[in-house]
Amino acid sequence: MRKRLLWVLAFAALTLLLGACSGDLPQNTFDPAGPTAQKQKDLLMPVLWVAAAVFVLVEGGIVLIALKYRHRKGGDDRLPPQVHGNTRLEIGWTIAPAVVLAFVMVPTVGMIWELAERPADAMHITVKGYQWWWGFEYTDPDMVVSYGQGGPIVVADTMVVPAGRTVDLSIESAGGLVGGDDPDFRVAHSFWAPRLFGKQDAMPGRTNHIVFAADEPGTYWGQCAEFCGLQHARMRFRIVALDEADWRAWVENEKQPAVEPTDPLAKQGMDLFLNGVSGGGQCTACHSVGGTNATSPAGPNLTHFAAPEHECFAGCNWDTTDVEALRAWLHDPPGVKYGSKMPNYNLTDDEIDALTAYLLSLT
Amino acid sequence: MATTDYAAMSPDEHTTTGLPNTKLAMWLFLASECLLFGALITTYVLYRGASLEPPYPHDIFDIPYTSVSSFVLLASSLTMVLSLVAAEKRDYARMRIWLLTTAFLGLSFVGGQVYEFTTFYDEGLSISTNLFGTTFYVLTGFHGAHVTVGILMLLSLVGMSWNGRMPDDAAFPVEMVGLYWHFVDIVWIVIFAVVYLIPTPNPA
Amino acid sequence: MASVSVPAPGGGILRRPTATTGFWSWFTTVDHKKIGLLYGVTSFVFFLIGGLEALLIRAQLYQPNGTVLNEAQYNQIFTMHGLTMVFLFVMPMSAAFFNYLIPLMIGARDVAFPRLNAFSFWAFILGGLFLYSSWFLGGAPNGGWFGYPPNSVTDPSIGMTFYALGLLITGVASTAGAVNLAVTIINMRAPGMSLFRTPVFVWMGLVVQFLLAFSLPIITVGLFQLLFDRRWDTAFYDPVRGGDPILWQHLFWLFGHPEVYILVLPAFGIISEIIPVFSRKPLFGYQFVVFSGIAIGFIGFGVWAHHMFAAGLGPVANTAFGVSTAIIAIPTGVKIFNWMATMYGGDLRFGSPMLFSVGTVTMFVIGGLSGVTHSVVPSDYQQTDTYYIVAHFHYVLFGGAIFGLFAGMYFWWPKVFGRMLNERAGKIHFWIMIVGFNLTFGPMHVLGLGGMIRRSATYPEGLGLTGWNQISSVGSFMIGLAVLVFIVNAIASFRRPKGLENEDPWDARTIEWTTSCPPPEHNFDEIPVITSVDEFWHRKYAVDKEGRPVRVPAGAAPAQEEAHGPAHAIHLPSPSYWPLVATIGLPIIGYGVLYSWWLVGAGAVVLLVGLYGWALEPSVAE
Repeated sequence: MRKRLLWVLAFAALTLLLGACSGDLPQNTFDPAGPTAQKQKDLLMPVLWVAAAVFVLVEGGIVLIALKYRHRKGGDDRLPPQVHGNTRLEIGWTIAPAVVLAFVMVPTVGMIWELAERPADAMHITVKGYQWWWGFEYTDPDMVVSYGQGGPIVVADTMVVPAGRTVDLSIESAGGLVGGDDPDFRVAHSFWAPRLFGKQDAMPGRTNHIVFAADEPGTYWGQCAEFCGLQHARMRFRIVALDEADWRAWVENEKQPAVEPTDPLAKQGMDLFLNGVSGGGQCTACHSVGGTNATSPAGPNLTHFAAPEHECFAGCNWDTTDVEALRAWLHDPPGVKYGSKMPNYNLTDDEIDALTAYLLSLT
Repeated sequence: MATTDYAAMSPDEHTTTGLPNTKLAMWLFLASECLLFGALITTYVLYRGASLEPPYPHDIFDIPYTSVSSFVLLASSLTMVLSLVAAEKRDYARMRIWLLTTAFLGLSFVGGQVYEFTTFYDEGLSISTNLFGTTFYVLTGFHGAHVTVGILMLLSLVGMSWNGRMPDDAAFPVEMVGLYWHFVDIVWIVIFAVVYLIPTPNPA
Repeated sequence: MASVSVPAPGGGILRRPTATTGFWSWFTTVDHKKIGLLYGVTSFVFFLIGGLEALLIRAQLYQPNGTVLNEAQYNQIFTMHGLTMVFLFVMPMSAAFFNYLIPLMIGARDVAFPRLNAFSFWAFILGGLFLYSSWFLGGAPNGGWFGYPPNSVTDPSIGMTFYALGLLITGVASTAGAVNLAVTIINMRAPGMSLFRTPVFVWMGLVVQFLLAFSLPIITVGLFQLLFDRRWDTAFYDPVRGGDPILWQHLFWLFGHPEVYILVLPAFGIISEIIPVFSRKPLFGYQFVVFSGIAIGFIGFGVWAHHMFAAGLGPVANTAFGVSTAIIAIPTGVKIFNWMATMYGGDLRFGSPMLFSVGTVTMFVIGGLSGVTHSVVPSDYQQTDTYYIVAHFHYVLFGGAIFGLFAGMYFWWPKVFGRMLNERAGKIHFWIMIVGFNLTFGPMHVLGLGGMIRRSATYPEGLGLTGWNQISSVGSFMIGLAVLVFIVNAIASFRRPKGLENEDPWDARTIEWTTSCPPPEHNFDEIPVITSVDEFWHRKYAVDKEGRPVRVPAGAAPAQEEAHGPAHAIHLPSPSYWPLVATIGLPIIGYGVLYSWWLVGAGAVVLLVGLYGWALEPSVAE
């Protein structure tokens, strides 16, 4: 009976392990796509094997002891030898784990310092955590936009990077000037894209750093990993890595102001966006669109909302190509994302049509 | 007369270490209080110089005033010892006088702090003005609360002695309250040095 | 023979209570055994409530975008689950064991301060009720048991104010209890019971009391700071005014890490008593087990920032705490090896207490190993704040502490209640529980490293997380089933008549088993004289020609024992209602902070009246 149990457990353990190694999980730490995550995994793997070995020895030992020394009916009923201890053994099994741990900690400490390095030639992006979405600002001098005051390229929900290039992220917590008020809603968040790097917290009042690179072009998913209130579960993001040509094209496009809509419906949407909607709401209170007088930094920057690389919106919970989701969001943001700081502006269906057309014209 | 069992709950009135239970308990409690004040003082020190707007410490501290107040509290430790000496000699009238003096000095200290706080408040330092206000009032307020509890205990001892409700070994409860009182005094020495005396540069 | 207490002069309700039996006696008792029972029953009820909260969590997480709970509800449920299990179940259940057993194990008649003991219990239960009243008064705490600001300060719900106040009240209970039990253990051991003749359970109790006494003040300061930030707009954690939310994290984890040893060491103490009994040989390496417990206590104060590896403290701090975290694995390993060595060469009987004890060791090993992986700091950047951590701490706290507590319940049930629990039901409980437990928490290792964040009201489709979540949820209901089996077993045991044929059913080793089942109010007719560790065992067994112990035939003179001093009347501390009166002041003050200064004043008056009444009343009524 017990032997069967052992086999069942072993099989279960194997399944678990294999499950972890499967490659189709977008946020799987066992499937690194960049050197930072790779190093973190490479440090863990030998330790996991050591842990597995210790597991087998200790648990196996306990099971064997339990089987071998279990009381058998009809056996010698005298008490077993009343052994009190063995100092040599104690010293031995104090020193042995210490030695193993030393072997584990030396490369660990080395890696702590290695990961803390910030190469001078990295690209710089400031990551800002809001409630409940991520904003990205490209702070290098060659990443300024051509409109307005000439500030950095600012995008939300999707961080675009050149594949293969080292990126130095400055992780911060930001608050919104929500609805024109000034309550400071900066809370702690944590920035985590498992296939690319382990997380660092976004703490109000300090800046943490992550240095990483994406080996190959592709999309890599991430989430906020520090409890931050109601919608902690839906504060997601994506990192889109582009090859050299696509990257340059993206940067050039981002430097341009927003596309002027030609479609009449989209024009109508722009008018609503800039001048207010029937229910009294003002999109410009929180959103900015480059080249217009909408410049508020409180909410996601919408300048190139419909660019193909800008894959998702509203905390990256829906694809920007999902028109139904976009309409549902505009119709009632707290209804689809409970507690959302974007209020329900009681938009009419026509207004939603127009605004949707406008947003989707912002390539 | 009540026979309160201070020495031990064990019927043999014998303790393993020879120390009475209450004394051991008081030392343990004071050790725990060290960590309480340690955390409060650490918070103060960590936020030293971090206030983003005035008033700053040396805009409003009146060191001579607080020095006098500190001396008063220190003197109260002396009178506390004197009350214990009297109790050990079973001179309970004198013991009560010294206990009352200690309480009075403690009350003066607390009164002095209240006056000091109201002055600071009038000069624009509230508990929410800046980090200095927050950490200062909370740290010194906790200390003042501890002093107040001590005063209540001192007055209780006086009351119990007057009504003949002290145990035969009256020196023992006096000693216990004395331990607490001296502890509170020592904490004040640390606070006075760290908060008032060690200079905090005003932010540029 | 207990002395008869005579009522003090003055009549009516204000007369000092005298009854030591009956319903009302439970409110005025100062007897450590009754207080232990009060702790045990109350904490078990909270265990069930916390368990229901867990089942709600698992129901919500059964599938992506679950709709069992909305986000606001989920955040309250997971916060209360953590608070309940940590502060209202494991800690007080450990207190139940300490209270009931420590005086019996050290040959004392009660703890050092019996009324303070009652005060601790009432403060605990009133604090717990205060915390739970938040559901009805605007919302339960919703910022996680760890309450990180700024979120816990700026969240508009009232819940986190209840959090701060509720934990302050229960903190008073635990601090008082810590001083009480520490003095008891240090100062009230029977003659001859030197420290190294003291049972390991008592030793672990001593370490726990010191951990409590030194860690609680730190979180007390943190909680006051949080409370003041929320209620009176102080700047402690406000980044706008220069405050640093990381200060809270330091203060919280300076408490929080010793706290986890507070949670697990009692269970370690329990199984250190059970495994030798069921192996029929002494604990292997008694001194090393004791020393490693002390070492864990000390080092436990030096690892706190391993909860903060991703907070950006810098490589120096991360290195220091990574190393210290690795070091603390060593004494823990020593204990495990000693338990194994105790079993090795023994004559193992797998009664329910032993099953749960072995379960404790085996499950704790898994949690301990994942803990070691956390000390690999760069990898912890991936692990932290994911379900991998949730897996780790449930393996050590549920697998370690809770399995150990169940072991203790099965072991000491006959001692406390004079009845046995049914063995077959115990085995069913164990096997369902250990399978369900591993099904619930095993997959969480995979979920975490596979990308699932923690404290998350839901998870999206497309992350590949659904399958393991479903298995985990099924497992959690199995745990619920196992607990039901235990409850039925417990209730059924009371249907049997009280009284055991054999009052030493396990052939145990420590002196609490020399008393009747249950013990009389005064514990021991004569305070025993101790001549060795495992004193009871050495009274039962002499050594034969081959050096093996042999039972001393019944009626033979036990080990040299003289009555200690002349026989005299036993004075037990008398019941009192003052501790209860005093504690009632605490939640009133709490509600006052929430609603009205008058209530604060009223609560303070009640507290003071209670304390004065207590101080002026003799411990033994004359």
